[in-house]
Amino acid sequence: MNLQNIALISFGYFEKDLLEMTADAVKQEFSTPVLLKEGHIDLSDFYDAARRQYDGNSLLRQVDSMVVPDYSKTLGLFNVDLFIPILTFIFGQAYLGGRSGIASLYRFSNERYGMIEDSRFVLDRFRKEVIHELGHTLGLIHCHHPTCVMRSSTYVEDIDLKDQHLCPKCRDEIGIYTL
Amino acid sequence: MAKKISILIVDDEESVRDSLFNWFIEDGYRVECAENAKKALTMLESDQFDIILADIKMPGMDGLEMLRRIKALKKDSIVIVMTAFATVDTAVKALKDGAFDYVTKPFDPDDLTHLIRNATKQISLSEENETLKNKVVALENVEDLIGNSEAMRIVLGEIESVAQTNSSVIITGESGTGKELVARAIHANSPRKFFPFVSVHCGALTESLLESELFGHEKGAFTGAMYNRKGRFEMADSGSIFLDEIATISTKMQVELLRVLESKTFIRVGGNKEITSDFRVICATNKDLKMMVENGTFREDLFYRLNVVNIHIPPLRERKTDIPLLVDYFIKKYCTSMNKPPIPIDQTALKRLQDFSFPGNIRELENMVERAIVVGDGKKIGLKDLPLEKTIVTNSTESLDDFERAFILQVLHKYNWNISRTAKALKVDRVTLYHKIKKYDLKPADQQ
Repeated sequence: MNLQNIALISFGYFEKDLLEMTADAVKQEFSTPVLLKEGHIDLSDFYDAARRQYDGNSLLRQVDSMVVPDYSKTLGLFNVDLFIPILTFIFGQAYLGGRSGIASLYRFSNERYGMIEDSRFVLDRFRKEVIHELGHTLGLIHCHHPTCVMRSSTYVEDIDLKDQHLCPKCRDEIGIYTL
Repeated sequence: MAKKISILIVDDEESVRDSLFNWFIEDGYRVECAENAKKALTMLESDQFDIILADIKMPGMDGLEMLRRIKALKKDSIVIVMTAFATVDTAVKALKDGAFDYVTKPFDPDDLTHLIRNATKQISLSEENETLKNKVVALENVEDLIGNSEAMRIVLGEIESVAQTNSSVIITGESGTGKELVARAIHANSPRKFFPFVSVHCGALTESLLESELFGHEKGAFTGAMYNRKGRFEMADSGSIFLDEIATISTKMQVELLRVLESKTFIRVGGNKEITSDFRVICATNKDLKMMVENGTFREDLFYRLNVVNIHIPPLRERKTDIPLLVDYFIKKYCTSMNKPPIPIDQTALKRLQDFSFPGNIRELENMVERAIVVGDGKKIGLKDLPLEKTIVTNSTESLDDFERAFILQVLHKYNWNISRTAKALKVDRVTLYHKIKKYDLKPADQQ
């Protein structure tokens, strides 16, 4: 695996604990140093008034243009509702085998689905999504293992069902042998 | 390893193409994009895609027109049409034209996943269906055509090469050699395999009955014709027709048959409407048709029309090495149908079967084995279970000594080599019998 280190750039407001715990989970999963930093862009440039959502494709291109030098993978973290033209929403996306990706916290809170607020779910879902998108940047496609973090998830319930870890097959594929 | 599903995305909007490309690539599909219908059709000429996801509204050729062209190119293509402006009319039109599904942009990620999952399930079902069909056909092909002899291998090779063509075939061979099985094997290996195989035993029908049987008849064509009836040629449309005992048909029917073979059209008895049918003709006979042509009893033009390919099946006595295989096959066949475990055959009995000339060929062998299973003790098929006794003698044509040798041996077998009883049955004294045993070097089967 050609993975020296990972940069996580947050855009917009995030709780510090949530970011640090996410970075920690990434560090453990990929056994590599993780840089956590803040980024600043004008999100209104990416807002689609007709859909009242943010353009995931444009944001991904933007993050790709901001990759941190000397860091092999960069992931942009957002707290806005993302879409791509063909889909009603996305949790995140990444360039397969590329150097960047994006993930959003926006749709991970229980309250959006009429359930009781529980911040543990938000953190749990967010770090799974971050690891999932980083997996794509490492060339991993969706995995059929029922609990692998690379399993495709189109609903939060799908995310809750899987682990925050890569299955042995995916780990083997990218050459990570220890947790 | 499972086959990688390929998807072609056809949309004039680059952002849509890119989004779908990225989405599917993460799922492990092979994905290609085309910005218009024309380019997509060009790509489809040189490459195969399992699923085509196409926008309806595109400049130039629209998605519905493209759908029709794709379906004309490959009938079972899976095309999913997408539109931003959903109307019931367009959806119905697309589905009527053969679209697999219809979706409105933008769609829910879960819907997209399910849509593709359903399409891939359809693909794997179609492939599974095709594989099973081929397996069934493969089983049909080999099920009854047993033989590993050189003569039989030549026949199997001829079946394989002729099956792929549309040429008429004449199968010749003695009665009971399996001419119909060869005809069925030709059909089952041909591109016509999923269409009917219609068999007509020409020898069993009178001229008028054969005419009605082959061409069909209209209601009231003759006394008793109460309904319209399709003829065998009509029933064999897209498939094959097997005309057994072709040498027995009358001169009038030969003329009729020749006309039908040349035009592939005919009129039902009592009708006036011309019917067209696309069939392949396979004939069989145990007569020498060429000789019949020379004698003037079979039309030369019909003979050449039918005799494009000739497959000759050798009689069983010319492929005796196949007898153990055939015996084994018939034992399994009849034991299975009678709910019995397979019964072994005694080596002496098997050797005697191999020595037998089988004038009735495989049919005779099959009947013998069936009878032996029915009348035998169910543990082993022995010589006593086979009806070979009399026939061995009557088929011995070598010399008087051969005849005597075979007859004495037969009676010795019958009385389990009890010399007194055998001598009594042969109406000779024991000394004479010993003398004959010595002369012909006769030994019990277990000492041979």
